[in-house]
Amino acid sequence: MAGQSALRIVWIYPDLLSTYGDQGNALIMSYRARLRGHAVEQLNVRSDQPLPVQGDIYLIGGGEDRPQRLAAERLRKDDGLQRAVEGGAAVLSVCAGFQLLGHSFYDEEQGTLPGLGLLDVTSSRGTVRCVGEVVSQPDPALTVGGRPLPRLTGFENHMGTTTVGADAKPLATVRSGNGNGAGTGVDGAHAGRIVGTYLHGPVLARNPGLADLLLGWVDGDPAPTKAEDVWHEKLRAERLAAVGA
Amino acid sequence: MTDPERRALTMAQLPARAKMAVAAGKLTGAVSRAAGRGSGAVVGGRIALRLDPELLRRLTAGRACVLISATNGKTTTTRLVAEALRAKGPVASNALGANMPAGITAAMANDRNAEFAVIEVDEKYLPGVAEQTEPRAIALLNLSRDQLDRAAETRMMAQKWRDGLADTDATVIANADDPLVVWAAGRVREVVWVAVGQGWKDDAWSCPQCGGVLHLDSEDWSCGSCDLRRPEPAWFLDGAELVAPDGARVGLAGLKLPGRANRANAVSAAATAAVFGVQPTAAIQRMEHVTAVAGRYDTVTYRGRTLRLLLAKNPAGWLETFDLVAARGEEPTGPVLLSVNALSADGTDTSWLWDVDYTRLVGHHVLVIGRRRLDLAVRLQVAGVDFEVFDDVEAAVDAAPAGPIDAIANYTAFQQLRQKVGA
Repeated sequence: MAGQSALRIVWIYPDLLSTYGDQGNALIMSYRARLRGHAVEQLNVRSDQPLPVQGDIYLIGGGEDRPQRLAAERLRKDDGLQRAVEGGAAVLSVCAGFQLLGHSFYDEEQGTLPGLGLLDVTSSRGTVRCVGEVVSQPDPALTVGGRPLPRLTGFENHMGTTTVGADAKPLATVRSGNGNGAGTGVDGAHAGRIVGTYLHGPVLARNPGLADLLLGWVDGDPAPTKAEDVWHEKLRAERLAAVGA
Repeated sequence: MTDPERRALTMAQLPARAKMAVAAGKLTGAVSRAAGRGSGAVVGGRIALRLDPELLRRLTAGRACVLISATNGKTTTTRLVAEALRAKGPVASNALGANMPAGITAAMANDRNAEFAVIEVDEKYLPGVAEQTEPRAIALLNLSRDQLDRAAETRMMAQKWRDGLADTDATVIANADDPLVVWAAGRVREVVWVAVGQGWKDDAWSCPQCGGVLHLDSEDWSCGSCDLRRPEPAWFLDGAELVAPDGARVGLAGLKLPGRANRANAVSAAATAAVFGVQPTAAIQRMEHVTAVAGRYDTVTYRGRTLRLLLAKNPAGWLETFDLVAARGEEPTGPVLLSVNALSADGTDTSWLWDVDYTRLVGHHVLVIGRRRLDLAVRLQVAGVDFEVFDDVEAAVDAAPAGPIDAIANYTAFQQLRQKVGA
């Protein structure tokens, strides 16, 4: 793929799902893709536009109940994301975006609503709002440059609880904070080339390794991005220290 | 009975319980001040309200009240409206930005005789304060995202305004260019629409009424799916001029407060003052005397350098400060100091940094301080901005290249900066 055509990064519905600095994940993914030598085309697709099916990496972010419901309605009508995933695209989904990739999620007004069923997870409403710093240990099966991803750090702010089914695995084991809901002990999910998490901050600002994981899946180069990551690393160290991890 | 007579009577007749509450509040405030804990207004107001929950209603009864609320610009616009109304008589105001019920009550207790009350109100408390104070006018300037881990989402805030202001007898002065504000004012009987722009668009792509996609261009906007659209404005900002409903133009070049956002604030303030019969020319003339508001826009000398202090609490506010930095000259080269905290008053989630377009600072030499300077460093690196990170303001200022320094900080970082530089 490298050197042939631009690497396409598709940010899904920034008009609806961009509550927690989700633009950051798109910017960082594009930034690192360029450092890997790709020409990059970043497409921000609004909810009244059809989703392109030829994207390499799709990003879907966070939002409150109503925009989440609207986004799910429109994504169910537009099968672009389903077709892209069948074609081998990678997906990073955060918070509300993570929930709506699953079988169902909970809406304050309309109760349980169907998701896209791309990830074997089911979400409902928890009893407490989970707000604050999170530290988690990723599934050791997820590697960049032959090494397991380092600990993930992020900020969560949600009421959701998510159960991971047999066809997906939790993204990480929670060391501090809540992730998929109080008492679950895990955060997010992954299956194939789809990753979901409750972490924002945004998540790639504190965890550039996660960006490299998805970039490696789509460009076939398993090595970490050669980047000047001194500020990322200092930020990671500070946030990990802030929760005593 | 004339208005002043009625007012004097109302004040004299403050019931015993209210008088005691005012006295207790002032005593608490004085103790708090003596203990060095700020102005003491808020804690005093809190005690007073506990003793008499109806105190704010009593303290504003008989006065001509104006409420001003928004995500950004409310402290400044409150000050501008107060200046304009002083053409008509004495004004009581919570000028220092203590904008929740306790702070408002304290400000009203401190000045019980002023004929006018010009009150800045925190967005969340607007319906409640409107119910208590029965204002003649309410100015709604803008709504955008702010402190995500604390406040409700922006549309919920608009819903709160829409429901809470539906029965108001006040004349509402509302920004026709902000779809959330237009929808929030949608059930009000009497609205004066002012078109003063809204630089930040990212909270306004989704129709607050139906969820459809809004079509926004430079001047007009409408929903593609329902009937919500930009109302025809009576007042508007046209470049550096105010245009009044009769077509009269008033130049705004004499305003000391800088930038487009402050010209917008001045137009909203003039439209608000007009409800009380102040002519726009007279209103703007009085506003020209305002040079700084609670330290914002202040220019100070610190360690031999000139610093201009700019507050930016949220993405929309940051965009406005970038306009000011850019307005300094055609070549964007001057040093810019940025300071970001994430204490509880700021919101502890820093992800909003990624909503701000920091590429606007490319070409400037950027100096980074504040408790969350590392979050900002990552953000600036990805934006392609030249920056250096420092542990404190002294080191940053000493290392700054020549030229006046624009210092932009979020809420608690701004307070700390002001203390440090003696503003």
